[in-house]
Amino acid sequence: MTFVLTEEQNMLKEAAQDFMSEQLSLTHFRKQRNAGANGKDPESWGAMAEMGWYGVLVPEEFGGSEFGYVGMGQVLEAQGRTLASSPLLQTAMVGVSALVLGGTDAQKSTVLPKIAEGKITTALAVDEHAHHAPANVAMTAEAAGGGYTLTGKKVFVPNGHFADLFIIAARTSGSAGDTDGITLFMVPRDTDGLTIGELSTLDYHGAANLELNGVVVPAADVLGEVGGGFALLDAVLDRGRIGAAAELLGLSVAAFEMTHEYLQTRKQFGQLIGSFQSLQHRAAIMFSEIEQTRSCVAGALAALDEGRDDVAQMASLAKAKASHLAHLVTNETIQMHGGIGMTDEHDAGFFIKRARVVEAMFGGEGFHKERYASLLGF
Amino acid sequence: MADGMDPTLDQFRAETRAWLQENCPASMRTPQVEDETVWGGRKEKFKNPDSKLWLERMAAKGWTAPTWPKAYGGGGLTKEENLILQQELKRIKARPALNSFGLWMLGPVLLEYANEEQKQKFLPDIVNGKIRWCQGYSEPGAGSDLAGLQTKCEDKGDHWLVNGQKVWTSYADQADWIFCLVRTDTSKKHEGISFLLFDMESEGVEARPIKLISGSSPFCETFFNDVKVPKDHLVGRLNGGWEIAKRLLQYERSNISATGFGADRAGTPPLHERAKEYVGTDASGKLLDPDLRMRLADLAMDDKAFKLTVARMAEQSKAGEEVGHTASIVKYAAAKLNQKKTEMTVETLGYQGLGWEGEGFTDLELASNKAMLRAKANSIEGGTSEVNLNVIAKRVLGLKEHKG
Repeated sequence: MTFVLTEEQNMLKEAAQDFMSEQLSLTHFRKQRNAGANGKDPESWGAMAEMGWYGVLVPEEFGGSEFGYVGMGQVLEAQGRTLASSPLLQTAMVGVSALVLGGTDAQKSTVLPKIAEGKITTALAVDEHAHHAPANVAMTAEAAGGGYTLTGKKVFVPNGHFADLFIIAARTSGSAGDTDGITLFMVPRDTDGLTIGELSTLDYHGAANLELNGVVVPAADVLGEVGGGFALLDAVLDRGRIGAAAELLGLSVAAFEMTHEYLQTRKQFGQLIGSFQSLQHRAAIMFSEIEQTRSCVAGALAALDEGRDDVAQMASLAKAKASHLAHLVTNETIQMHGGIGMTDEHDAGFFIKRARVVEAMFGGEGFHKERYASLLGF
Repeated sequence: MADGMDPTLDQFRAETRAWLQENCPASMRTPQVEDETVWGGRKEKFKNPDSKLWLERMAAKGWTAPTWPKAYGGGGLTKEENLILQQELKRIKARPALNSFGLWMLGPVLLEYANEEQKQKFLPDIVNGKIRWCQGYSEPGAGSDLAGLQTKCEDKGDHWLVNGQKVWTSYADQADWIFCLVRTDTSKKHEGISFLLFDMESEGVEARPIKLISGSSPFCETFFNDVKVPKDHLVGRLNGGWEIAKRLLQYERSNISATGFGADRAGTPPLHERAKEYVGTDASGKLLDPDLRMRLADLAMDDKAFKLTVARMAEQSKAGEEVGHTASIVKYAAAKLNQKKTEMTVETLGYQGLGWEGEGFTDLELASNKAMLRAKANSIEGGTSEVNLNVIAKRVLGLKEHKG
């Protein structure tokens, strides 16, 4: 079955929804924002570790439950609903995938159990300019003394402001724009020569810019193939894209529900504004977009679990559709709420702010349309 | 259910495969040709004689209506058996033996609402394709507001007397019988409608084809002038026809959802492939028009999203989950998608998409602008897109009716 959840997946979904609405509600998010946490919330993350969510994709032999991507997608969708800031997407989905797909047994047994227990978090550092462009890596990795020396910069690394372990794409040969010559490296946070510039971001989740000045990485910390890392990177990014799409779906559904509620309570001209046809039709169109995006996200998650050969296409489809949906719904959310939606006091602003960041993360609608065309061969 | 889990199903599959191998003529396994489509009825000419054979063989098994009871000519198959039959038909790329409003729309409501005598009389001839039905719903003054229909049906003791006019009656000039919404009570709106069946050869019935912007005439104006209809041809309760009418529309819309308007012509490559020929590519194989390329990618994504949604709905429905809310968006989304697809086809073909008839253009090129024009009706027929959005807003989202 591609679209029907198993009983266990349904239980995970419900547990995640309950947890998010109780412990990581929008009220909690606002409190964190007001306290200037910049997305850091270790207490909640500890509770998530107890739920076992960091190990959903970790093989059992390394301390995880190996429950699969469809299950992980349910947790990420639930997290998207309350805009919660956590390492689930970047660590439990992206970081774990990088290790599972590209790691040696030694690397897996060192890192994965710690992730599953919630002891360490990871961040994937790829982009160096204002737009997502995974082949456009200029950071150099020179072979030296049995290892590599990394020099260059990375920008807007999600979770980079707190991650314990970075997975960094650098160039062992060729030049920026080539897919050949890219290699992935694991670099611990406290490594000499690594400077981390914490960013305060639109969505209050934070991020980081990285400066690497002669960072020495032992050969044992190369993830995957030297010079042939792009395929691995793209596969890992596809997991991130699908996970981000699941979050955007949750975000969009929650914003839509909030708006739907408002349409049924707010009165003007002596009637509920939800009785006005111009708003009814736009609400129905949003609903139609949500249903179709859900099919794409569910299809993409299933493609991962089934190990299908169209994962890249499905990832671009899901991410483009979810980015488009979130854009539409968050704009309509503000418009339909009117003036109250423009105030900081109302949650509408939180949704549009988070949406814009996740829309751009791992490539926006335009990037993925272009990629989809290339994947289909035109 | 997966193969191997139920031995009787395995056996059914083996038998079905063998029967199809034996009985499906070779030419019925080639892509459907438009003018060889079989709609059945008294006027059916069976341009390809194999299609007659194929229909007779399938109808004898009841497999044109696989899940209808055997007592009415159907195949009497379970859901699981029907799934296997459909898979096996697909496997050999068999053409549909019969296309029919009787199968898709009328039959299912007769099974639910008709009396025993009516079922015996009408269902078998739907299964074997002997009678072709048309749908008498819309009227000049009752389109989106269908319940405003005025076609009058009076009780004359031993018969009904029907007077009025229908419009947009699909293929009324080709059909043998009509299922028709008529007004049996003028004092009420929805509660004054009945569901009546009658022969299009009855005295006083006239169907005039309407020529459309696409050049074809799939629809008619249909006139009823003192048409006498036997008393036992009213289905369900007197004045209880609206419920049947709505149920039938559900079948109509779900039939659209199963195929989409955009049922791609068999064997035609996807538009982005055809675009390479008409637009040209650069050294890396990308279309030379970057704007068109992005919009074709957008179209391909919409197409995929729609197909995934139909597949999701089918799977969830099979698993017993409620899918009404998903179904509600399908007609709307299908219309939008097919309009976009056919528009972009004409655009992609450039000058070659702008020929009306004759030399200088291939058949496929000539068909492209007809399809684009035909598709304009997708957001009008079977409930306009605006009515569909109203339905989603009110029935699915529960938004209130505007007062005054």
